[in-house]
Amino acid sequence: MSTAITREYTPGFYEGDRPKIVTSRFEYEDSHTLERFEATGGYEGLKAALAMGPEAMAGEVKASTLLGRGGAGFPAGVKWGFTPQGVWPRYLVVNGDESEPGTYKDRLLMERDPHQLIEGCLIACYAAGLSQCFLYVRGEMALAHERIAQALNDAYAAGYVGKNILGSDFGVDIVLHWGAGAYVVGEETALIESLEGERGMPRLKPPYFPAAVGLYGQPTIVNNVETLANLPFIAANGSAAFTAIGTETSPGTRMVAISGHVKRPGVYEIVNGSTTFRDIIYGDEFCQGIRDGNELKAFVPGGGSAPWFVADQLDIPFEGKEAGAAGSMLGSGAVMVMDHTTDIPEAALTLVRFYAHESCGKCVPCREGGTWLLRIVERICSGHGTDADLDQLLEVGQSICPGEMPHAASERLGLAAVPFPYKMTTICFVGPSAYASIHSPLTLFRDEFEAKVVPAPKRVSIPVAAG
Amino acid sequence: MSRLTDSNLAIAREIISRYPRKKSALIPLLHLTQEQNGYVTDEAMRHLAELLDITPAEVIGTATFYEMFKFEPVGTYVINVCQTLSCALLGAGNLMHHAEAKLGIKSGSTTEDGMFTLEAAECQAACTEAPTLQVNYRHRYRVTTDDFDQLVDDLRSGALSGEIPPHGTLGRNRQHIPADKFVGAPDPDDVTEGPAWIPVKVEST
Repeated sequence: MSTAITREYTPGFYEGDRPKIVTSRFEYEDSHTLERFEATGGYEGLKAALAMGPEAMAGEVKASTLLGRGGAGFPAGVKWGFTPQGVWPRYLVVNGDESEPGTYKDRLLMERDPHQLIEGCLIACYAAGLSQCFLYVRGEMALAHERIAQALNDAYAAGYVGKNILGSDFGVDIVLHWGAGAYVVGEETALIESLEGERGMPRLKPPYFPAAVGLYGQPTIVNNVETLANLPFIAANGSAAFTAIGTETSPGTRMVAISGHVKRPGVYEIVNGSTTFRDIIYGDEFCQGIRDGNELKAFVPGGGSAPWFVADQLDIPFEGKEAGAAGSMLGSGAVMVMDHTTDIPEAALTLVRFYAHESCGKCVPCREGGTWLLRIVERICSGHGTDADLDQLLEVGQSICPGEMPHAASERLGLAAVPFPYKMTTICFVGPSAYASIHSPLTLFRDEFEAKVVPAPKRVSIPVAAG
Repeated sequence: MSRLTDSNLAIAREIISRYPRKKSALIPLLHLTQEQNGYVTDEAMRHLAELLDITPAEVIGTATFYEMFKFEPVGTYVINVCQTLSCALLGAGNLMHHAEAKLGIKSGSTTEDGMFTLEAAECQAACTEAPTLQVNYRHRYRVTTDDFDQLVDDLRSGALSGEIPPHGTLGRNRQHIPADKFVGAPDPDDVTEGPAWIPVKVEST
């Protein structure tokens, strides 16, 4: 078996002695096979969980303070605790609908190490008493479907999934479910609607957590792929080994995809909480700086929804609270880097277009506002915008996110940061994301927008003839 | 012929049996029918409605929400060129212009020979490998204009037919749960007790 790291096969670089929790097998070309998985400690976490019992296992997850890796960063163990006592059956829904712009980690975890995810699902089901698991994979990820289908078939045959797992009284089915192309389905209640065969529109809240009322109205845990992929390590090595990595508020590691104008774009597993953006973008073991020795102009720190950062924020660590105080968020762990050659309004346009396109149409501020924002930005970029359009953008945005909008500080503009979060008039974050992805560039680079617009024509009324 | 064939009907029945409520199987079955016919036909949607005990209106209501379902014939190969930020920063716009010129069609349309449909797509989760495109949802990384020409030539000549199945085929394999290993998917209304491995809590009064 070859252990070569091929760039075509495994985007990202996994050499170096950084601690690895979820990418430990990525260096092997056959990391997706049951043979490789079993040979490298696979299903040991499941065995450890079965040995310690469901309550102790749930306790370990809670003690690990594993934060959800989907975007909101909610502690997984606490989320599990929201299931009401004595209500059965309970379900596990795995959110593999990764489609946030810039985000590229769940697909790798599903393609490169499907058994690790399956093991994570089993541990979650065992610890939280979940009687069936639905693995919802984004429709556009054909290779992930093939790899997971094969892995599940092998795992069923080997007795890891299905009835009487490893001879115990623990039995659970994992069903591979196919999405069909809708970003909003990544929102957990929309994911559940979609899994019920409906249009993938987020549910009205309250109830706030599917853990109380979810799939078919039953208690349902919705966890992200990366979150679950951490469970085998926690089960096999204990929560202390997990919290020994990273910081107190953000333990463990995180997968971060860094794309755009860097020398070595890739998906890296970084130590959570302490690694700074400067380390990630300029560090030798990561991206090694901006292409062609160019200047950094701006970067999106946490997926397309996140307000932008500039060079002033490079020394902020990759930690949720610190990023929030600086006016943005870490979201799904995706950094998109832009060098000084970037046309900021054009770059912002691609993100506004994304969110306007992906609005499900349920909430008016998002459905109408997103499209309106898109039209204005398109008008500005094609040279037909006026200076009144710039304020119009902010005015439309106020109907989606009333009040002050978070943004980063800028020394160049003498601007102080406005911390996260924002207020919103919509059920989910698609609408606010459309606004955040134009508000922040417009605030930090208003001069570039102004250079593209002409003064609004002065309107005069027609004089009324006397007499 | 757009109702499910007998062999696909057997697959459909297996898929339906995995869900506590039938309608949950709707999206997987829409994929199955698209795999059979290349797109989702009216007749196929009526057949799915019969299988799932729902109305045809409910089927089309769900189906039209999702971008992967096509309601008219598309090319054997659907090429999606990503246009979102990371790809846009590294030449996705140029790649799209080139693709339109090479295929002689505008984005959103199909070549006359029915081989190719070209579409602008949003983020394909391959941002570090920009610019990217997908052919029938199979990724191609760091695509140059030369790579694109080569890809189109290879698809035309059939050199990639083993790697990239015709439009509609989601995976070249399927999940199959052996009957003796299947725990089952009872309707939640019929379940009152917790799973066997969860210790029963004695209520303290």
